[in-house]
Amino acid sequence: MPDLELVGNHSDTDLTEPLQSAVCSAIAERQSLEIIGSGSKRFLGREPSGVRLGLAGHRGIIRYEPSELVLTARSGTPVDEIESELARHGQMMAFEPPRFGKGATLGGTMACNLSGPRRAFAGATRDFVLGTRLINGKGEVARFGGEVMKNVAGYDVSRLMAGAMGTLGLLLDVSLKVLPFPAIERSLIFELDEQGALLRMTRYAGRPLPISAAAWCAGVMYLRLSGSESGVAAACSDLGGDELPCDAASAFWDALREQQLTAFSGDGVLWRLSVPPATGPLSLDGEAIIDWGGALRWLRTDVDPVRIRQVADEAGGHAVAFRDGDRSGSIFQPMDKALTQLHRRVKDALDPHGLFNPGRMYAEL
Amino acid sequence: MTSTVDTSKPDLDQRRAELANRLDHLLPAGTLLTHAEELRPFECDALSAYRRQPLMVAMPKTVTEVQAVLRTCHDMDVPVVARGAGTGLSGGALPLEQGVLLNLSRMDQVLEVDVPNRLARVQPGVRNLHISDHVARHGLYYAPDPSSQIACSIGGNVAENAGGVHCLKYGLTVHNVASVAVVTIDGELIRLGGAGLDASGYDLLALIHGSEGLLAVIVEITVRLLPKPVHAQVAVGAFTRVDEAGDAVASIIASGILPAGLEMMDRGCIEAVNAFLDVGYPDCAGLVLCELDGTEAEVKSQIEAVSQILRDSGATEVTVSRTEEERLKLWSGRKAAFPAVGRLAPDYYCMDGTIPRRHLARVLNEIKILSERYGLSVVNVFHAGDGNMHPLILYDANMEGELERAEKLGGKILEACVEAGGTITGEHGVGIEKIDQMCVQFSTIELQQFHDLKAAFDPRGLLNPGKAVPTLARCAEFGAMHVHGGQLPFPDLERF
Repeated sequence: MPDLELVGNHSDTDLTEPLQSAVCSAIAERQSLEIIGSGSKRFLGREPSGVRLGLAGHRGIIRYEPSELVLTARSGTPVDEIESELARHGQMMAFEPPRFGKGATLGGTMACNLSGPRRAFAGATRDFVLGTRLINGKGEVARFGGEVMKNVAGYDVSRLMAGAMGTLGLLLDVSLKVLPFPAIERSLIFELDEQGALLRMTRYAGRPLPISAAAWCAGVMYLRLSGSESGVAAACSDLGGDELPCDAASAFWDALREQQLTAFSGDGVLWRLSVPPATGPLSLDGEAIIDWGGALRWLRTDVDPVRIRQVADEAGGHAVAFRDGDRSGSIFQPMDKALTQLHRRVKDALDPHGLFNPGRMYAEL
Repeated sequence: MTSTVDTSKPDLDQRRAELANRLDHLLPAGTLLTHAEELRPFECDALSAYRRQPLMVAMPKTVTEVQAVLRTCHDMDVPVVARGAGTGLSGGALPLEQGVLLNLSRMDQVLEVDVPNRLARVQPGVRNLHISDHVARHGLYYAPDPSSQIACSIGGNVAENAGGVHCLKYGLTVHNVASVAVVTIDGELIRLGGAGLDASGYDLLALIHGSEGLLAVIVEITVRLLPKPVHAQVAVGAFTRVDEAGDAVASIIASGILPAGLEMMDRGCIEAVNAFLDVGYPDCAGLVLCELDGTEAEVKSQIEAVSQILRDSGATEVTVSRTEEERLKLWSGRKAAFPAVGRLAPDYYCMDGTIPRRHLARVLNEIKILSERYGLSVVNVFHAGDGNMHPLILYDANMEGELERAEKLGGKILEACVEAGGTITGEHGVGIEKIDQMCVQFSTIELQQFHDLKAAFDPRGLLNPGKAVPTLARCAEFGAMHVHGGQLPFPDLERF
């Protein structure tokens, strides 16, 4: 079976049937598949394997009702396209998905469950998932969840797809809860060392302030406030600091979201450590970039992975070898035996032939 | 089909004695209830139309005791139904005659509060409201607030993925839980989630939410806490037409304001509330309540905008709370809606369908037609912000056939919700109550996928069998019922 990139005629194309046939042929030929959108996040996870099945042609916004705060789009729809359509109605994907390249798709965003600076205050990709239509590993089309905010009928299979790295099914459509853009956003900066910034972020997070992002990089803490003009103005005068001009502020938050700040580049592996937000500076060499009000630490380093995972584990979090380095070993934090076995059985329940993205997340899955 | 409970075992008394004998060695005295009079209070949850006596009740106080019960039941092929406070509205904790009812209400301790990370680690039997009370001195609270929050327990909230009045802004239970510890049917203790904002591996934490006790028993929960908003105000708008009220709700959302609560009541409900309490809601066809919270400056500017939208949408009267006392008074009517409606008839049956809000007028109209057809009154309260409807069907259980008629009408209302692109349950769960409507909402492929997932956790189908996900055979039969115009085949068969 050769690599297959199904191409649509235009920006609104439903390729459910050819995709389903491709999955059924793969089952018949016992051929595993690498599910791929634009490839913008192909660097993430373990080395991809299998015949490529491209989804970028399966695209288009299916339904968008601004007054319902719900959008449904095909998995190959570019994130940029969704964001501009939402912006026309003053709305956004509140989890600020990073794109990491041209053409990043909704399906890839969902499969990786990556979220930007607003995540700590608004929620992650997984928090905004309302429903999905997918092809399971038996080649069947199934729909879970729906287009309503509250839905407890059946297990939450659609949320399970978020962050599964495409190992549990081929996503066809995703329904998301979207939110209104805040009326106004202003950003403040404070010169602080790492420890001081973490303490300050923790203190502010315990107060009902309209904070929508809190980060620290190279001796400067950045705070973003969002809400009504008067509400944000009141918080700004309460918090002090220096205000960043509008353009500089959005340039900074974009660069943080897309990992374009200088500190993201360099030698060694870019590690992503997800820890409880009030965790103090990590006892690891190298200077971290802090996002999510302290809950996310990025670090370029050559330190032994075992040591990094130990530091993350002791803090109550986990570590991912996000970019560069050996992609054939452990990328995500290893799990204990009982949890690994449960994962294996969940994988079998959805993808009994081990068809989708084998080994991309963990060698066993 | 994953339910493999063997009913051809020796009779129940012998079974009870055998199991009690084995568990007695493993559990402290007073943990097991086996006498008929002790079992009676556990015959049902808040869906009291369904009752069944369990084989026995186990009331563990520790995780180790839960593990011992599950291991033994697994060994002996005895099904287990977990239960918290028993406030569930869909019969999810209805016991099985041949099964153990695992009552977790004695595990009721707050184990740890981590103020800097805004987390509270609690046992499953802790009451929802108790968490907020416990952390109030730190200026924090736990946001999800199901209407039963004074009594319902957090373990049950996770099992049902409970919602509440404030979930439009603050999310459901699944959005407010950092991690859980669960025990699987073979007695294995597994932690899902973590203390950070995400965890490695699949999002099994999300899968446990709303799984209605079919996958594992929840023995510990770490919830996320939020800083308590300093200010809140409510605006109430009265409308002469229900569709205008619905449009007002849509306009508020479309304006870019995200209210903390956005509720609606129809005429039947408003009249019941006014007769029950001195809240003084205007006499009208539809009432919209919109609450804003946040900093004082934030709320002040938004409440003005909301009031203007209500007026522009045709509200004949708009009231805004000026004090905390007034705010609570305006809410008291909404909060008392269920007891108020309870005075209109000896019994009511609460539905929980959720629809895309734009179809509100259409679905309300269908409910009206169905209500006339079945000869039972229906009043409506509505979490309007997120499309979650609670039609209340009024009936009298002592009148021959009325309960059956109410259930049939309820089923039709849920089917109308699915037809409109919605779901049969927004926050109460499927349980035993809506199990047939699952056949309407999901295809055979999807139901089989649910069974396969269940088997990944519980291969022998011992945890809460017969709830939440219908067998394919049951759906085939339910489909057949439709063909025969609602005539139930084999009326003497027990159906659960």
